[in-house]
Amino acid sequence: MESLRYLPGVTTLQFNEDACVGCGMCTKVCPHGVFAMEGRKARLRDRDGCMECGACATNCAVGAISVTPGVGCASYIIQTWLKGREKAECTCC
Amino acid sequence: MELKHVDNDAEPCCAGSSGEGSCGPRPLTGLPMASGPVEDDEPCCGPPPGPPSSPHERPGYQLCGFVRGFRDTPMGPVPLVRTRLNPADRLATIGARLNIGRNDYRVAPGLYGVGSPDPDSPVLVTANYKLSFDTLRRELDDVNAWILVLDTRGINVWCAAGKGTLSTAEVIARVKSVGLERIVRHRRLILPQLGATGIAAHKLKKGCGFEAVWGPVQARDIKKFLNNGLKADPAMRQVTFTLAERLLLVPVEISLVLKPSLWVLLAVLILSGIGHGLFSVAAVWQRGPIAAAAYLSGIVAGAVAVPALLPWLPGRAFYIKGLMTGLTGGALVVFFNWSGIRGLEAAALILLAMAASSYTAMNFTGATPYTSPTGVEKEMRQGIPVQILALFVAAAAWVGSRFIA
Repeated sequence: MESLRYLPGVTTLQFNEDACVGCGMCTKVCPHGVFAMEGRKARLRDRDGCMECGACATNCAVGAISVTPGVGCASYIIQTWLKGREKAECTCC
Repeated sequence: MELKHVDNDAEPCCAGSSGEGSCGPRPLTGLPMASGPVEDDEPCCGPPPGPPSSPHERPGYQLCGFVRGFRDTPMGPVPLVRTRLNPADRLATIGARLNIGRNDYRVAPGLYGVGSPDPDSPVLVTANYKLSFDTLRRELDDVNAWILVLDTRGINVWCAAGKGTLSTAEVIARVKSVGLERIVRHRRLILPQLGATGIAAHKLKKGCGFEAVWGPVQARDIKKFLNNGLKADPAMRQVTFTLAERLLLVPVEISLVLKPSLWVLLAVLILSGIGHGLFSVAAVWQRGPIAAAAYLSGIVAGAVAVPALLPWLPGRAFYIKGLMTGLTGGALVVFFNWSGIRGLEAAALILLAMAASSYTAMNFTGATPYTSPTGVEKEMRQGIPVQILALFVAAAAWVGSRFIA
């Protein structure tokens, strides 16, 4: 997937390395290999590869990861602008 | 499947009939004519009857075509499903890919099995979108496993996880409702990796006593994953977006723009008729088709060319990729109609194709597995003004060209 890259420097992903206990769950659930294990800690290997799906933050038991998750879908975002977040629907999936 | 023999009524199907009717006294297909009481299993006329109804059918309920039998468990019979798709499954799959019936294409949530599952067999979790269910079961040839189907409201794993219908709470509730702890001896669920957006593995054990193991992204790797001792290679954990995967999404993309396109085409035809005499139907006939062609070339450029050429189109923002393919599409329409149009009209047609293509391409972000919502919003803030400007200038140039002439 390294051949397909999206906009750099936009992700809301934050990683607090001090809080990491090295369970490695983030490396298992991320579909873009954003995290990698380095010794007994996870490392943010490819921040711009993040698509903000939120899998890592949801599965980090110690809350070392935060991200604003959402659907990267233009029609959904247009609907949130027009109708508000509650009434918006993603028609792509 | 073992089916109990159900006795037919002792009554012949054509009792009382006589003469040369379809089931008269003439022996059929070489069978001796029935004399005396009609034997249960022998048809008196016409083709032989089909097998008796399954003992598992209930009034008001019909067995799905993919169910091949049942497995008795302490929680009652669990349907065993086929690992091959039948023609009806395939036809419905094509329909779903074309966005026909896609919003209500689902299987009943609950527990299913493949092969000969026993209390030690693995439990694979999936969504109740029929396409997800079919994708999983067709990879389970020669595998003995249980399939726990969640109620994701007929939405695929990744989208359902994003929308919150595939959630930790749903897994816990489904495990409890099927009584999984009484069916299997182990305490392990194999979850689809793309469900991790909605499922917190560390909360599952506390909630239902089952430990989560993240399976591969793709169902096609599940057999290898099971044979590897539930270990996924790094490649199995990454999403891909190959040419074939991208092209599979094109029919849905096109179906999504069909309805709004009718309105755009109507507007294009109306604009084509505006001129000195206010409105001319003759001008609509003369100019409308080429303007419509330019618009449609933009749709094809955005919904087909952008997905197909995605890695090779310059720029990262989809609206820019769409502008480029739209420029090409619009230029082709102008090139093939060069004898009938002037410079300003040509510019209008190209801009129309670019706006349509750019907008359609931007909408493809929702179908890709790598765009982030923050990124999409950023590109939309740049792209939409460009698209509106292009559309406005196109309309002004298209109408204005008739007044200038």
